[in-house]
Parts: sequence; structure tokens; C-alpha cells
Amino acid sequence: MNINTLQAVANEVRKNIVTAVYFAKSGHPGGSLSAAEIYTYLYMQEMNVDPANPGDPDRDRFVLSKGHACPGLYSAMAERGYFDKEELKTFRHLGTRLQGHPSMHYLPGIDMSSGSLGQGISCAVGMALAAKLQGKTYRTYTLLGDGELEEGQVWEAAMFAGAKKLDNLCVIVDNNNLQIDGTIADVNDPYPIDLKFEAFNFHVINVADGHDFGQLEAAFAEARETKGRPSVIICKTVKGKGVSFMENQVGWHGSAPNQQQYETAMEELERKGETA
Amino acid sequence: MTETKKIATRESYGNVLAELGAQFPELVVLDADLAGATKTAVFKKAFPDRHIDCGIAEANMMSVAAGLASAGMIPFASTFAMFAAGRAFEQIRNSIGYTGMNVKIGATHGGISVGEDGASHQCLEDIALMRTIPGMVVMCPADDTEARKAVKAAIEHQGPVYIRFGRMPVPVLFDEDYDFQIGKGSVLREGRDVTVIANGLCTASAVEAARMLEKDGIDAEVINICTVKPLDEELVIRSAAKTGKVVTAEEHNIIGGLGGAVAECLGEKCPTRMLRIGMHDRFGESGPAAELVRKYQLDAEGIYKQIKAFVKG
Repeated sequence: MNINTLQAVANEVRKNIVTAVYFAKSGHPGGSLSAAEIYTYLYMQEMNVDPANPGDPDRDRFVLSKGHACPGLYSAMAERGYFDKEELKTFRHLGTRLQGHPSMHYLPGIDMSSGSLGQGISCAVGMALAAKLQGKTYRTYTLLGDGELEEGQVWEAAMFAGAKKLDNLCVIVDNNNLQIDGTIADVNDPYPIDLKFEAFNFHVINVADGHDFGQLEAAFAEARETKGRPSVIICKTVKGKGVSFMENQVGWHGSAPNQQQYETAMEELERKGETA
Repeated sequence: MTETKKIATRESYGNVLAELGAQFPELVVLDADLAGATKTAVFKKAFPDRHIDCGIAEANMMSVAAGLASAGMIPFASTFAMFAAGRAFEQIRNSIGYTGMNVKIGATHGGISVGEDGASHQCLEDIALMRTIPGMVVMCPADDTEARKAVKAAIEHQGPVYIRFGRMPVPVLFDEDYDFQIGKGSVLREGRDVTVIANGLCTASAVEAARMLEKDGIDAEVINICTVKPLDEELVIRSAAKTGKVVTAEEHNIIGGLGGAVAECLGEKCPTRMLRIGMHDRFGESGPAAELVRKYQLDAEGIYKQIKAFVKG
């Protein structure tokens, strides 16, 4: 898939995110929009997955450690063909397969239920370890928020993955710089993120613009080629990216647009889709 | 039944894992820098490639176990009960319970019989905590035979299981032909006057206490309940209906454990006078294990006295 096509899909993913959250009247648009390119690249380009065979034991695995950003995950899965886009409108409704945080029992293709921050990366580490123990070649990807790095379990997992040399593990950090109570630097300052992972024996790949598919492509290729230790791709992103009034606004971490805001956001994204 | 040998159930745990390693190639054992104490070092010696030391990081260990199980392995995550059910409660709840992952938690050093290490390491809350997680099987074996059979049954059971083992050697009560089943209690002694339901090290004490009660003309029925969840309600209700008096005995807070489970069952389905023997909503303390068990009246003498007062009262 070329970069223009990926950009077009990412724009669709953004429209899906806004739609899902609007119809749910709740959810987390900010950290979903910041990772739209990451989700798109993983599901359309990077991962060896098949929506028709989501339980394939040899498939690549994905764990959304920042589980609240599942509108982005569901949106990318819909684009990849796991289910019809219309279903996104059931997000968070009673009886939905699209639970408020991802649940593997509800939706095939979710490799691990998540939502409690810090646990997803450990589960991903377990999957990567299983591949080593079973002699399998699948890779495991996990996406973390930058605020999530404040959870101690993240560093337990990082120490373990580094110590066990899990080079089939690729950790991605969505470094949008905002968490609920403010900027991550103001709340509990997990910076420098790269030096911390390096100290835990990770191969660190800094991506200056996590919305640039060229940079993402190079980063994921470098991670795949790295042997003997796990990789972390730290992506600088913009929270709420793509919807002007949501960008860099912490208030859009966990709130839904009203009808007028929804229409404005969709118009913006439609225009971007046309110019892309 | 014989009472010649005494073995700590943590020893049984390590031994049976090593025995079963060849039969179950998916079996992997995780530990948190306590392989010597939890006795999983026995497995490590036999299957070094399938023993993973996660270091002193129990939260990560539990979620790693979930990841391993998602790929078809059968992990036993081992540490002290305090750091399994206690520290890593939410990892067990969300990574293992909510997902229904096929993870087995081998929690050693349950209760006050940890001894000298004191209250910080004496978990008296684990059964209550684990029992509230939907789908979690919760077991507390009474002796070596039952502990080994419980581990095998846990492997054969699909889904999360918590098993509590003890540090203090306890008498061997069951023969090798004991037909252990998850969710099934066993009547160790039939009686008419009072039902005594016990598990863990209290089972041996209860059997001995029943013999002492005989001399006072009290005919006690003794039931061993290894599986606190799912509880063998049929057996509990049948015995309660027969004797009209029920005593529970466990090395756990009287809130939420075996006593809590039996009280919930009987309260709804067969209201019966009850006495819960255990730790009365307090922490333990340092001391030799046997002395602590005596002080807190979980030995045969202590259980005997409490039952006698209850029956006569």
C-alpha cells in the first residue's frame, strides 16, 4: 500500500473515530486520533493478520495497552475488514461487541483484553516469550500511551523484555504529551522516555513525526531488523490530530463531541480526504 | 488413613510440577525470585527451559502469564500468597480473570503458619480476594496427596485457578486412591451432632478435634472442602440439615474465606447455627509456626475447645 493510500485510510480511521465516539456520547477521541497513522500502518501494512482467520496461531499479535484509545483500534480494524464500519456506531452501547475498552471475548481479532494501564505491555511480553518458547516467528506489537509510562508495571515489563532479549517484541509509545490532568511533564514527567527504555536494554527508535508514514515505515523496518533485544518506537504525535478544535486540547482526552462539533469535525475530515 | 508422615503442601506443589512436566509439554512455571521457597526449583531442575524467573515483579509476572496462556501455554505463576492475591490482585482480576485465561496461580506461604516472617508475609485475605473474581476456581489443599491431585486437576481444568499451599509440614490424610475432583468436598468422618468444615492445615486439626469431642459425647461430622469455589453446596447443605450446627475452620480471616462461603450458602439455602473458626479480623505476628497455630486456636486442641463451647452453648 503506497503512502497516499495509507493517508487516505488514516483519514477514514479519523472519521470512524469521531463517528464512534459521537454515537457513543462518550469515549476517548484525543488519544485515538493521535495514533490514527500508527493503527493504520500496523493493520494495513505491518502486521501479518487475516480478518478471516483472527485466531491463526501464527498471526502477529497486537495488544492495545492504552486500551481507552480503542476507538482508533476498532476504526482501523473496520478498515482492514474485521467488521462493517456501521458497527462502529454501536461502540459502548449495551450489547455491543465494541466494548468501552477492548475485550477479546466480545470481538474476534482482539488479541488481549485491556484497559487497565500497564498490563497490556506485560501481556504482550508474555506473547513474545511464548513465541520464543514455541519456536514461532510471529511478532508482537503493543501500543502504550506516554502517560501510561507512569505505571510501574510498564517498567517491570520493560526490564523483563530486555533481560529476556525479546527481539520479537515491538513496543510503540504514542507520545502526544498530554494526559487527563495536564501535560505529562507537569503531572509526573516520564521524560526522557528514550533514555529510560535504552537503560532497560531496548533498541530505541525515535520518530519525530508519528503522523508521517514514511517515518513510520522506516521505524517499523528498523525494529524488525533488530536482533537480540526488543525495540521501542517512540512517536511524537499530536493529541486530537486532524480535528482542529481537538488538537492539543487535553479536554478531548475523554469526551464526545456534540452534534454541531461532530458535523464540524466530519466536514474538516471530508475536506482533508478530498485534498489527500 | 494414616498420620505418619508430615509434608508441607508447598513441597507437594514443586514435586508434582516436576512429575507432570513431561506429560504436559505446554506447562511452564513462572516465579518471582522465590523458586527456592515456593519449591518450583524442583521443576526448574527438571525442566530448566520451561522455568521462567520473572524477578521481584509480581504484577508483570501475572500479566506475562496471561500472554503465555493466550498462545496456548499452561503457565503456573508462583509466589507467596501475599504477593499473588495481594499485590497482584488487579493483574489477576483483569489480565487473567476477565480474559478467562488458562493461568494457574500457585500461591505458597498462605496463612499464619508462615511463622517467623510475621504479619507482612502472612496472607489471611487471599481466599476472599480470589473468590470474588468471576470464573476463578479457588482451592486450599489439606495435605500432600490432595495438593498433588489439585495441581493435576488444575492443569486439566480449562480456565484460571488459584491454589493456596502452606509452608508448615502437615500430616498426610489422604491415600493415593483418593478420587479428587474440583468442586467436590469429602466426608472424612460421619457424625450427627455438629458439622465441621475445614481446609488447609485445619483439616488435620479438625479430624483430631473430632476424636477428642467423641470423649465428651459429641459426634462430629468432618468435611474437607479443598475447593472453596465452586463450593460443594450439596454436601454442605446435606450435612447442615442433618446436624443442625456448622463450624468452619480455616487459616484465614473469618471474613470472606471458607467460613464466608459456607455462611453465604447456608444463609440462603439452609439457615443453620454457625461458628467460624479462623483469624478474627486481625493480622498475624512473628513466631514459630506451630506456636502461632496454637495461639490462634487452629490446632486440634484449639478447634476442639471452640467446637465444644459452641455445641454446649
